[in-house]
Amino acid sequence: MMQKRNIKRRKTEEIFVVNLLKLSGLVSIGTTIGIIFILGSQSIPFFGTVSLKEFFTGLNWTPLFVPQEFGVMPLINGTFMVAIIAALVALIFGLGSAFFLSEYASRKVRSYVKPLLEILAGIPTVVYGYFALTFVTPIIQYIAPETIIFNALSAGIVMGIMIIPMVSTLSEDAMSAVPRSLREAAYSLGAKKYQVALRIVFPSAISGIVASFILSISRAIGETMIVSLAAGGKPALTLNPLEAIQTITAYIVTVSQGETPQGSIEYQSIFAVGLLLFVLTLIMNLIGRWVVYKYAQEFE
Amino acid sequence: MKERLFYLLFLSSILIALTCLLILLIDVVLDGYSYLSWDFLTNYASRKAENSGILAPLAGTLWLVILTAFCTIPLGVSTALYLEEFAGTNILSKIIKINISNLAGVPSIIYGLLGLAFFTYFIGLGKSIIAGALTMTLLVLPIVIISAQEAIRTVQPSLKEAAYALGATKWEVSKKIILPHSIGGIMSGIILAMSRAVGETAPILIISSLVFITTVPSSPLDRFTVLPLQIYTWASFPKDEFRAIASAGIIVLLIILITMNSLAIYIRWKNQTDNY
Repeated sequence: MMQKRNIKRRKTEEIFVVNLLKLSGLVSIGTTIGIIFILGSQSIPFFGTVSLKEFFTGLNWTPLFVPQEFGVMPLINGTFMVAIIAALVALIFGLGSAFFLSEYASRKVRSYVKPLLEILAGIPTVVYGYFALTFVTPIIQYIAPETIIFNALSAGIVMGIMIIPMVSTLSEDAMSAVPRSLREAAYSLGAKKYQVALRIVFPSAISGIVASFILSISRAIGETMIVSLAAGGKPALTLNPLEAIQTITAYIVTVSQGETPQGSIEYQSIFAVGLLLFVLTLIMNLIGRWVVYKYAQEFE
Repeated sequence: MKERLFYLLFLSSILIALTCLLILLIDVVLDGYSYLSWDFLTNYASRKAENSGILAPLAGTLWLVILTAFCTIPLGVSTALYLEEFAGTNILSKIIKINISNLAGVPSIIYGLLGLAFFTYFIGLGKSIIAGALTMTLLVLPIVIISAQEAIRTVQPSLKEAAYALGATKWEVSKKIILPHSIGGIMSGIILAMSRAVGETAPILIISSLVFITTVPSSPLDRFTVLPLQIYTWASFPKDEFRAIASAGIIVLLIILITMNSLAIYIRWKNQTDNY
């Protein structure tokens, strides 16, 4: 009798716990739904006032001045200019690091260097923003004296430094997935180490390297504090990296710094550009992940 | 000849990256060390740089981390336990897994917008610490879940099977075998997630705005600022003295982060040596 009741109690407890655990798993799904729902629902009134055509084809973004204009192109221009500078810097140094770690370094060197490189990814972004503004910008101004204090180049370079570990890790993973037999075959034909690296490993790992480039652009698009501190707050349609620009994220920050009343068009506009940002990063992440998935199958 | 050239090229790219790290640290320390003092830690922000301190943002960061940990730990560990031990390969667990990896790629500022619209205005928590902590919980949850999953996977199957053979239920095995044996890995993941929360600026800025606070918050519903946000405020002033105290703030922030990360590494290392 006693035993039976005990088994029953244990069973009830088990069912209760399983459902509780399941519920906590649902929080993460709720977060995604929440993001999509909130960005969508707050953007709808915005797009009631500003037409999609004006939003995507207008060439001026001046929500905080009169006359208010809502052409998002200058923000997209600024966002991608900084992101592409960052991704190029990260690609050059990240790829070089990956070649070194995967093809040249001994296991011991790798075990020391990799954690050091990872520290770069762990430093808060506001610290990088400070570094861009107070160290890198003066150097750029020394080389090109007409540069103003807020510019896309400084923010892009520093953001690139921050993303080096990401590109390096992803590319190195792709390189070490290249089968040893391919390398051995090249060596047996008399190839030198750099020839193996550039003509065997690089082409075989190219999809992983491309993926790391796409994912680093996605990461750079969403980066906020570096551009807010160093790239300026002036939306501009320009391809000159020495000028001040504004990114999507920096615009959201500019509006949020003050106490913008809920329901105003400025308040709605940060959700509209936030939705754009979310969609952009999601698409790039999906493409990047798909490319990684493809190369993972190549050598199976 | 060419062999040597490429070797030097690859080596120099990694050396340049590491040199940047070194320059960054030296630059910050040189700019800020002369402003570091006991007063800097115990004063409130002031209109004058030399009287300014970081008491309010330090207290805000402490509040934020404690509340975030309080919400994140049960949610993150339960989700990881569910995915690894209970769910098997059902559709729900697949959706949750894909969803978690997608969430990890969402820019942190988007979480700020979510928190502002949902916690601050819809739930009505205002620009309070608890609204910030709940937002931060959603942001760091994927980190805790993924590292807890990895820790749970390292528990030896023989231990679990021995317990099952004695008639234990899944929950009993989880409670008495899995959690005690993976607690080290779980803890180090939690500390790493909290150090991420300490360094994040954007979501807190969206929720809290730039406020001038000269009190230590006394309840979770108070308004607040955090250390990285104060650093951002000072760094964006165009005066050199304020940039210098910004770098003094950065030194304090980096010391906190280095301490937390070392603790996480120590716990993981201790746990590994204990298990063998």
